[in-house]
Amino acid sequence: MSATAAALAEPPVSPLGAKKAIGLETIGMTKIFGSMVALGDVSIKVKPGSFHALLGENGAGKSTLVKCIMGFYQPTRGSVLIDGRETEISNPKVARDVGIGMVYQHFTLVPSLTATENLVIARADVPSVIDWKKEKKSLDALFDRMPFRVPLDVPVSSLAAGEKQKLEILKQLYLDQRFLILDEPTSVLTPGEADEILGLLKTMTDAGDLTILMISHKFREVTAFADEFSVLRKGEYMGGGVTANVSVAEMSRMMIGDMKLRERAARKTFEKQPVVLDLAGICAEDDEGLPAVDAVNLKIRAGEIVGIAGVSGNGQSELIETLTGQRDLTSGRFFVKDQPYEPSREKMAKFKVFGLPEEPLKNACVRRMTVAENLAFRSFDQPPISKRRGFLSPGPMRAKAKELIAAYRVKTPGPDEPIENLSGGNVQRAVLARELSTQVEVLIVANPCFGLDFASIAEIRSQIMDQRNGGAAVLLVSEDLDEILELSDRVAVMSEGRIDYVAPIGETDRATIGQAMAGHH
Amino acid sequence: MADTAAPANGFALAETIDRFRRSSEFVVIPVLALIASGLLFSIFLLLVGKSPVEFFSLVWRGGFGTAFSWQNTLVRASPLILTALCVAIPARLGMTVIGGEGALVLGGFAAAAIAIPMTSWASPFVVMPVMFLAAAIAGAFWIGAVGWLRHYRGINETISSLLLFYIAVSILNFFVEGALRDPSDPNKPSTAPIGAENMIGPIPGTSVHWGLAAGIVACILVWILMNRTTFGFAARVTGGNVRAAQGQGLPVGRLVVISCALAGACAGLAGYFEVAAIHGKANASLIAGYGFTGILVSFLARHNPLAIVPVAILLGGIAASGGLVQRRMDLPDATVLVLQGLMFVVLLVSETMYGRLAIFKPKGA
Repeated sequence: MSATAAALAEPPVSPLGAKKAIGLETIGMTKIFGSMVALGDVSIKVKPGSFHALLGENGAGKSTLVKCIMGFYQPTRGSVLIDGRETEISNPKVARDVGIGMVYQHFTLVPSLTATENLVIARADVPSVIDWKKEKKSLDALFDRMPFRVPLDVPVSSLAAGEKQKLEILKQLYLDQRFLILDEPTSVLTPGEADEILGLLKTMTDAGDLTILMISHKFREVTAFADEFSVLRKGEYMGGGVTANVSVAEMSRMMIGDMKLRERAARKTFEKQPVVLDLAGICAEDDEGLPAVDAVNLKIRAGEIVGIAGVSGNGQSELIETLTGQRDLTSGRFFVKDQPYEPSREKMAKFKVFGLPEEPLKNACVRRMTVAENLAFRSFDQPPISKRRGFLSPGPMRAKAKELIAAYRVKTPGPDEPIENLSGGNVQRAVLARELSTQVEVLIVANPCFGLDFASIAEIRSQIMDQRNGGAAVLLVSEDLDEILELSDRVAVMSEGRIDYVAPIGETDRATIGQAMAGHH
Repeated sequence: MADTAAPANGFALAETIDRFRRSSEFVVIPVLALIASGLLFSIFLLLVGKSPVEFFSLVWRGGFGTAFSWQNTLVRASPLILTALCVAIPARLGMTVIGGEGALVLGGFAAAAIAIPMTSWASPFVVMPVMFLAAAIAGAFWIGAVGWLRHYRGINETISSLLLFYIAVSILNFFVEGALRDPSDPNKPSTAPIGAENMIGPIPGTSVHWGLAAGIVACILVWILMNRTTFGFAARVTGGNVRAAQGQGLPVGRLVVISCALAGACAGLAGYFEVAAIHGKANASLIAGYGFTGILVSFLARHNPLAIVPVAILLGGIAASGGLVQRRMDLPDATVLVLQGLMFVVLLVSETMYGRLAIFKPKGA
């Protein structure tokens, strides 16, 4: 609407040249895998020059729809209209030729090359001999007309996450794509960087240079930047419209339906509790041997959740790995209840230290082992599974597994199913069953809800709260600030390997945390 | 998914069928791979103008047709069983160790080297167990070092075990051509004989030596170790996902080194039996390629210790028929190596088929 108004007021002079934004429409898109309908009869309309949000839970069919538009998948039925003309997109190259570009959640740049090199090699018509001088000149000229720019001559690996994301977007504009699909583009950015980039893109769509289809589940970004939205649930179109006319509650109801989510456990209040987990001067290196965790001190009390916020890649995963035994300390010590602690099997059992890592199939399970075996990781060397020292009985292992499968409602064909055949939510439940079914004194949690649907997320968050209320000291690392704000008693912010900001949840807010995440405090 | 409301019997039956479907995959795919490699090899034979039918019937006769050929086959199978274990045990930890031949050579050499100074004064009841232990320890040390280098120094175990094989051969040559050379043997540089009284005889009633029995016992013990002990469970967790193993506080380094040492001990024993049951001394005859064929055996058996025995017998039979094929068909001795090589390549290709064939999927999953 603002775009049309601007167009009427003055003839548009696009900084990008004569090409205009592209409109795109899907008609009756259907994709069937085997017997599963991943996408059923989805029709959405993205107007040229609009900023359109595509909402839905994990598994709702957003990526399938986008992959059909991009030509990675061939739809079983249905078609794509581009600027009103039916266009068959048989492969990603066709999508690129008609001007549809995609920015993925994770970076696709070559880290060792500079921005210039990354842009030039991304072109379809790279000459065999590249005249770098000429290319640089034309890039400089192009960037002068762009709303934002990035350093062109340093290797991409030395750029900040926000700059890399800008470069990903610039790459698509450089390739002259006028319909951009952004797949959760802000998950690697600070709130400030996210707002900046989305704001700049919004000015480009308003000017009619660009159309954007953004996959997101952050309502805040959707209401702030998107003109229109569409909602998918279980592969079907549930509705959509003009963002300004629909409340967040309404959108969220469209996304999850009338399903009942598990009630969040109430936060129990504790009097002064003893310190259980003490991180004293922890330092560690990343895989390249560079300092990643820099003298982190943190004390966590019984019945307390301390949430560590931060942009991913600021040392949080390294810190968690030192606690779970996946990474060596270069200096510092852990204490549990004032006694030295190192992550060996004996100490884990003695101090009742448990963990819920991110992506549990990757970090806490063995894919090819059965559900029963995976459930026994904590208990296989103790009675009743190991009655005689060193020997193992499969009978009690399966019996225990059946018990846990029932208690935690893990959906599996049976205890002998390889765990890799279970859905993400059920793998997560199996890990919860393994780690939380006995008494927990210390719980180490990293991005527990990554890639899960709302029901599973609600389940896991209330389980974590239950453990806290049961007196466990909980260390929670999450890239999702909302999760931290919801669960934590205290918030710590990690930036460039350091924790310089710690505050009780009642004495801080999103803006302060955001600044600390960016390294200002 | 099985309906939980179904009668208990029906549920148990469906569960059994599903388990059978899944495990049959591990039999059917290697068998199909063997047949496919046989067909490919037939094409090769046709190209050189020979009859595949004649070839395979000779393999049958030379390997399995008579009591004599069976014994020949079993004699060749026994070192293969032990060297295959040298691949299968580290494979459970996700490692590809291909240097079992080095542990075999060194084990055989150690057994001979320790026996020779003892022959003059010690009884065979002392010499034989000492040789046995020396071979196992030498092999354990050799492949244990591979595990240590892998875990504590990040050195690729495939490369290091291969290079250590060359070092083992050099050590053998250094001693049999130097300090330990038997001057009375003009033909082939060898150590002095260990003496007939220290040789381990055949299994009564056969010409097959005790190495076969030792190999079968070792396979059963390794199966129990891997499937019925906490050590084996921890090793499988480590092999399946190191990060998960670390997250459970398992002593990954210790598991890696101990497993490799056990593997090396098996290959070292293969060397012991070659010396104490066949050659009677250590020389370059130890380097007969059993360690390398053992790799093929272990892969064909999908690193399952119990499957190693029949697979080793099959490959032992093919090797045993080599001489007959050479004489009757005027084909070079290396022809059976071509067949082995083809089998290995086809087998590796077939690895990609697991989980892709719908017929092995449990119903409704």
